[in-house]
Amino acid sequence: MKVLMLGWEFPPFISGGLGTACYGLTKAMSRQGTEITFVLPGGNQQACDYMKILSAEGFLDSPEFKNITFRSAGIVLNPYASASEIITDKIETVGSQTWQSNPSNGRHYGSDVLQQVEKYTRNTLDIASTEKFNIIHAHDWMTFPAAISASAISGKPAVLHVHSTEFDRSGEHVFQAIYDIERYGMYNAKKVIAVSNYTKNIIVNRYDVPPEKIDVVYNGVENDTPAENGSDKRDKIVLYLGRITFQKGPDYFVAAAKRVLEKMSNVKFVMAGDGDMTQRMIEYAAYLGIGQKLFFTRFLRGQNVRRVYQMADLYVMPSVSEPFGIAALEAMVNKVPVILSKQSGIAEAVYNALKVNFWDIDEMANKIFAALKHRPLRTMLSENGYDEAGKFRWDNSAGKINEIYKQVLACA
Amino acid sequence: MAAICFYFQVHQPFRLRNYTIFETDSNYYDEFKNGQICRKVADKCYLPANRLILELIKKHKGRFRVAYSITGVLLEQLEKYAPNALYTFKELADTGCVEFLAETYHHSLSSLYSHKEFLEQIDLHCDKIRKHFGLNPRIFRNTELIYNNQIAELIESTGQFDAILAEGADHILGYKSPNFVYQPLRCKKLKLLLKNYKLSDDIAFRFSNRGWDEWPLYAPKFAQWVNAVNGCGYNVNLFMDYETFGEHQWESTGIFDFMRQLPDEILNHPDNSFKTPSEVIRSYPACEALDIPYTISWADIERDLSAWLGNPMQRNALAEIYRLEQTVKQTADSKIIEDWRKLQTSDHFYYMCTKWFADGDVHKYFNPYDSPYDSYINFMNVLDNLSSRCKNILNTTASQHKKTKSTRRNNRSKDSQLV
Repeated sequence: MKVLMLGWEFPPFISGGLGTACYGLTKAMSRQGTEITFVLPGGNQQACDYMKILSAEGFLDSPEFKNITFRSAGIVLNPYASASEIITDKIETVGSQTWQSNPSNGRHYGSDVLQQVEKYTRNTLDIASTEKFNIIHAHDWMTFPAAISASAISGKPAVLHVHSTEFDRSGEHVFQAIYDIERYGMYNAKKVIAVSNYTKNIIVNRYDVPPEKIDVVYNGVENDTPAENGSDKRDKIVLYLGRITFQKGPDYFVAAAKRVLEKMSNVKFVMAGDGDMTQRMIEYAAYLGIGQKLFFTRFLRGQNVRRVYQMADLYVMPSVSEPFGIAALEAMVNKVPVILSKQSGIAEAVYNALKVNFWDIDEMANKIFAALKHRPLRTMLSENGYDEAGKFRWDNSAGKINEIYKQVLACA
Repeated sequence: MAAICFYFQVHQPFRLRNYTIFETDSNYYDEFKNGQICRKVADKCYLPANRLILELIKKHKGRFRVAYSITGVLLEQLEKYAPNALYTFKELADTGCVEFLAETYHHSLSSLYSHKEFLEQIDLHCDKIRKHFGLNPRIFRNTELIYNNQIAELIESTGQFDAILAEGADHILGYKSPNFVYQPLRCKKLKLLLKNYKLSDDIAFRFSNRGWDEWPLYAPKFAQWVNAVNGCGYNVNLFMDYETFGEHQWESTGIFDFMRQLPDEILNHPDNSFKTPSEVIRSYPACEALDIPYTISWADIERDLSAWLGNPMQRNALAEIYRLEQTVKQTADSKIIEDWRKLQTSDHFYYMCTKWFADGDVHKYFNPYDSPYDSYINFMNVLDNLSSRCKNILNTTASQHKKTKSTRRNNRSKDSQLV
């Protein structure tokens, strides 16, 4: 089986879960003998201030990827804006009585994202014409036009893997052009893979894709030996880890922190990550008067992620809409108890986590408080959560995807 | 001879409302949900089942007899939400063919934590049964048939009871049969009746299971199984939740028709009869003393305490609530004491059980929580509020005490000045 795989980020230069997912998935698929040509946008020198697009060539030597060839489409494709790009707007809310948390339409996207997608598509078609493959597998909307065009030209079926939809990223204020790309892609694909039933429902209800066209394949997690978290520090630490953007609900985290601090003082809140709302959150924490208890690490990667898990007594994922939530699984395999937004794919897939509606700040604070206060609860969440998360293996995901390939090719 | 001894457990807890750490009032219960569930169970189970039992008692002119154990917390809810169902229980009591058993008023696990509290709750329950039904319970059944030698000895020491009930668990009985009367080890008077769990569960759990070899189960077949006991036992103890009729087994499964036919089929055999627990122990001698050093119950396949004490949250919650006993009782505040007792109802700890994550669905029945973690958090929040209420009262009385002392001293010094 030869697969032409289209993606736009890959470790170590990632902005979030998609790169992690592509890494784990392709590694497992490679182990199972699937040959993959992975097309990435990046070239050597491209970088932005919080993430760098991978130079594909560096990975060619790794024995883990012996079945994978990386090709570069030679452009920069970093769709999500960073903090420095968007804080040109003045934040007016400080000192006022109400706090507006909705970012304006499309602000979290980089400015020329659509031109970049177009370029990526053109360059991918060049690559596709020189490669031999049986099937095309594309990750998220930026690569959908390339997948559908490559499919039309080569006559090979396209499978689209949806790690997030425009509704997850932008709520009800969708960026129409991106929605159109997603809808067009899924309409023309042979099969759509959703990372959860939660995402499948969005695709059915919002994009009108027939449910039988969509298969759910959960993500996996790399199974590390968990970090020891036994230090007798005075203050408990509650961790937020993710892009600081509308989709991830950072404002609900800050508001819940405020409520928790009304009930207990020996606790600190850490926000690890970056994004278009970082500045707003710093201001918001100041506005609420909890600046001395809330810390920002900016974007973390590699060992620093492990270290922040080691420090944490609790991980909170307050996402407004989270297709899957790999970071939550990572927290669980690091034996950190987790609180998950019910508006997430991972919440449907695990039992050993606390779950809240993202908007229910009191309930979120209630559960944060309980997890910090009651040791038996923390112990059970961390032990059982560790066992449960360990069952999400990339090998299972890769196996399911191979089945899907077979089905699609049989019907083609 | 095979005497069928039916005993039905009738219980619903006071479920807690969603109570976050930010709540300050002392209304802990979900009035709406409790009322709704109580009325629903009354309509689907208590009323139709009571009507049926009454009809059977009349039809068989006293040859059909049963026993009930109705918890105090359910009786309170019936008074409030379904008085008509309570009335039909009274009608049953008036037939003279129905025995009412004693248990802890609050369906609690106090036997495992505080013998003092355990005995107080038994007294409360006996009072309640006397008040409603005019009968004096002579048979004791502990919450969820939790039993061991010590509990039996404690019950005997009260002198109030003639027998105690327990699960006929395989790992206790071995080759022995549950179809005889036993005596608890080291007890002189108290008898022990064991549940025939196979025949009980055929009705309570397997009745509507289409994957079961014996499905569908009709009364004649069941009567044959009971007849087979003749010659190797006296009494067949069928102990089960009353909600078996109409709730666990819906009316459409034919459970009521099964019950309607059963007495005829059983009584067809001249050696068979129906007896209440008290009648069973009057009719048959105890065959031997039974040593049950480890605690057993009727719950799940393990028949042990793991449904309530199986994980750290459950053990923590139970330890915390009984740690409060002295403080709570010191307040002498009847409302606080009653709230503390309602929190002891075993269901609260059952909801925290994590065993069912993998398999069973029984724990989910009427379970108001999405997850055992949520139930623990909610329970601990309520307990925290209760604890601060105690502290408030005790602090106020302590400071008042101080004040009166100091005023007295002041007065005295004034007096001396005057002199």
